[in-house]
Amino acid sequence: MPDHRIRKQIHLAAHFPGVNHHTVWTDPGSGSQIDFDSFVHLARTAERGLFDFFFLAEGLRLREHRDRIHDLDVVGRPDTFTVLNALAAVTTRLGLAGTINTTFNEPFELAKQFASLDHLSGGRAAWNAVTSSDAFTGENFRRGGYLEHAKRYTRAHEVVDATRALWDSWPADALVIDRERGIFAQPIPQARFVSDQFDIDGQFVLPRSPQGYPVQIQAGDSDEGREFAAAKADVIFSAHGELEDGRRFYRDVKDRLAKYGRARDDLKILPSAGFVLGDTEEEAVEHARHIRRQQVTPQTAITFLEQIWGRDLSAYDPDGPLPDIDPIDDANITRGRVRHARDPRAVAEAWRAKAAAENLSIRELIIATTTRQQFVGTPRQVAVEIDHYVQSDASDGFVLVPHLTPAGLDEFVDRVVPELQSLGSFRTEYTGATLREHLGLRHPQQGTTEGVRAS
Amino acid sequence: MPHPTPLLLGLELSGTGAHPASWRRADSRAEDLFDARYWVDALRAAEDAGIDLAFLPDSGTLQSAGALGRLDAVAVAARAAAATRRIGLIPQASVTHSEPFHLSKAIASLDFAATGRAGWEVSVAAGEASLYGRKPEQDDRSRWQEADDAVEVVARLWDSWEDDAEIRDAATGRFIDRERLHYIDFAGEHFAVKGPSITPRPPQGQPPVAVRAADPHSTRVAVRRADLIRIAAPDLETAAATRAELRSAIAAAGRDPNRVRVLLDIDIHLADTADTAALEVAQLEDWIATPAPATVFHIGTAAGLRDILRRIETDCAADGVVLRPLALAAALPHLQALTPTLRERLGLPRPASRYAHA
Ligand SMILES: Cc1cc2nc3c(=O)[nH]c(=O)nc-3n(C[C@H](O)[C@H](O)[C@H](O)COP(=O)(O)O)c2cc1C
Repeated sequence: MPDHRIRKQIHLAAHFPGVNHHTVWTDPGSGSQIDFDSFVHLARTAERGLFDFFFLAEGLRLREHRDRIHDLDVVGRPDTFTVLNALAAVTTRLGLAGTINTTFNEPFELAKQFASLDHLSGGRAAWNAVTSSDAFTGENFRRGGYLEHAKRYTRAHEVVDATRALWDSWPADALVIDRERGIFAQPIPQARFVSDQFDIDGQFVLPRSPQGYPVQIQAGDSDEGREFAAAKADVIFSAHGELEDGRRFYRDVKDRLAKYGRARDDLKILPSAGFVLGDTEEEAVEHARHIRRQQVTPQTAITFLEQIWGRDLSAYDPDGPLPDIDPIDDANITRGRVRHARDPRAVAEAWRAKAAAENLSIRELIIATTTRQQFVGTPRQVAVEIDHYVQSDASDGFVLVPHLTPAGLDEFVDRVVPELQSLGSFRTEYTGATLREHLGLRHPQQGTTEGVRAS
Repeated sequence: MPHPTPLLLGLELSGTGAHPASWRRADSRAEDLFDARYWVDALRAAEDAGIDLAFLPDSGTLQSAGALGRLDAVAVAARAAAATRRIGLIPQASVTHSEPFHLSKAIASLDFAATGRAGWEVSVAAGEASLYGRKPEQDDRSRWQEADDAVEVVARLWDSWEDDAEIRDAATGRFIDRERLHYIDFAGEHFAVKGPSITPRPPQGQPPVAVRAADPHSTRVAVRRADLIRIAAPDLETAAATRAELRSAIAAAGRDPNRVRVLLDIDIHLADTADTAALEVAQLEDWIATPAPATVFHIGTAAGLRDILRRIETDCAADGVVLRPLALAAALPHLQALTPTLRERLGLPRPASRYAHA
């Protein structure tokens, strides 16, 4: 028997496959992305697979392309808190992670909502704090307006600090509940938080929740984003899934921890990754190719190209060559999507060169350039590869993004998880009750690691 | 004339009960107040007893006496959604500081999770501005004016997706028909919202909106916008008069009064005998003395409360009630005795026996 204890343990999370171009909604097996049953199926599957947490992304305004609502991908998603609280009823151990913007929410309300989720789930709440926002999204909110990039992270720091001040305001032993003497609680001190944007003064409404603070997740990629993560986050949800890039990112972020007095293990790096399985490697590769063609339909390919070219390209044949006209600078051609090219002319040049060298049509080029990290192979191959990434510090695990709702995780849990377990890199049962314990993270009000490292 | 349908039975679940000393009772489960099981057990008991609507009060301010602390009401409703089957879940949510856009998707999503059982009780928040540090404290008039706009925005957002907007047309590659999604383009004094919602139209289309008509400002919003209007009244005569006034005002506002239900708050404490009930309330008052109830109240047996409910029905004092137990745990076992019989559900009175002496 190999000594399992020295192997780094893999952390897995399940991304609900909703709004994005990864979901293959044309597949006959594709169900509703809104009906609660879909969430139940995916969450229960993730829990059956002993995953750390279930993850919901967020968007606060429907995406637009060329001034019209984008209609090619899945559109529509439910409210994050509502879904996670409802899921707490049908799961017992699975962490429940919500992406919640720091620009269009207020600290007091967030503190109450996350403390409620943590209480009602028995310590399973996590908060992916994102800052992405602009005037486009702001049009749905009374705050309206727009915060420039640097200010967004200033506000994010303040929002997180303010919620922590509110959570900390109740003494750990606040609840007395002495019926004889009629004392329910110790006097609750005023919470006070003053910063550039906030002047908060009042009593918080809830006792400390099981995890103290929800597990803090961060997903931004800029330098400010990485600093924010190093200072405050327990988990980074990154887009750096590829091996060498992943290692660079991993080193970069973990190196930043010391300056905040934190250990390298206090922050887990979990890139997003897709997966495609087959009984043989060839079958998996073929299946993956088929999925990619469904993800990038002819219409989707043109839309992607329009995002770079900044103009209407609907007259072009997706199976033909790239346009020979030049891009124009229209940063607003697609709104409500995070990713956009900073220098469209340079991207166009590079794409033209690639298409020429590899003889690619528009659609083939888009398929090639938008493919993100995915593990393709037999269950054993996928398990060995995931393990290799984790053991070589390209990540601490992955947030898996299935391409089907709601059954997209079934095969992974049934076939890959046992392989990971046989490698000795993945738990065979939950050993803790809270998400902090699954992740092996400290309780914020304690100096020691409370969680048992995944077995 | 009896009502064509039986009275709607609502139950307000407020901590361990409406009485601030209720947590001191041995059966209060005060230790469990922040645990999901407490709420799921209570809501299931209410559902099993045949209660139609569960009202979940909320507030951002800490109680000044009694059990302290309050879970987010929409969160509690969502947590109970999958654990219940029939009961309506009506969390209170304030619009004074919360974003209508967030509220709209939260209630719509509750409606999806509870498959068509969600409602929303609109409230405003007094004295919470310093918790947010964003805008100065408003007066009641301003708060309810803002609430009026917020309810309009939420209703428009619920409609902003037509029911059949999701088309999944593989041939054209279109997931939705964008012509069936609509910008709401609301611009008011307090905020502007573009839309459409990010959440599709909920199962009920428009989850029912409840408003407490407690003063002229809230009454105006209730008359213009509510499906359920909550009232408090010192006696049934006043309740009947208030209901009649509200119905006229609803008609004057161009709405059909028969599509709005007026619900009368009733503070209750139930026990096996009237004496026990009285003694138990005396104990609560001994622990913490409270002012006289501001609405109809009943301290006694479930049978006694049923008589009151029948009178409300015959006198048209209200279209339903919201029972507010002084001590929740004490009330739960007695609720079953309040639910209507089959004849009552059918709107048929219980006939006197033909052989009974006249
Ligand atoms: C893997 C990943 C997932 C993300 N998911 C979301 C999301 O669901 N909602 C959102 O508003 N932003 C999302 N973002 C955007 C970021 O969280 C971040 O706010 C944005 O990129 C701006 O910050 P930055 O300049 O540091 O990247 C995601 C980013 C990454 C890398």
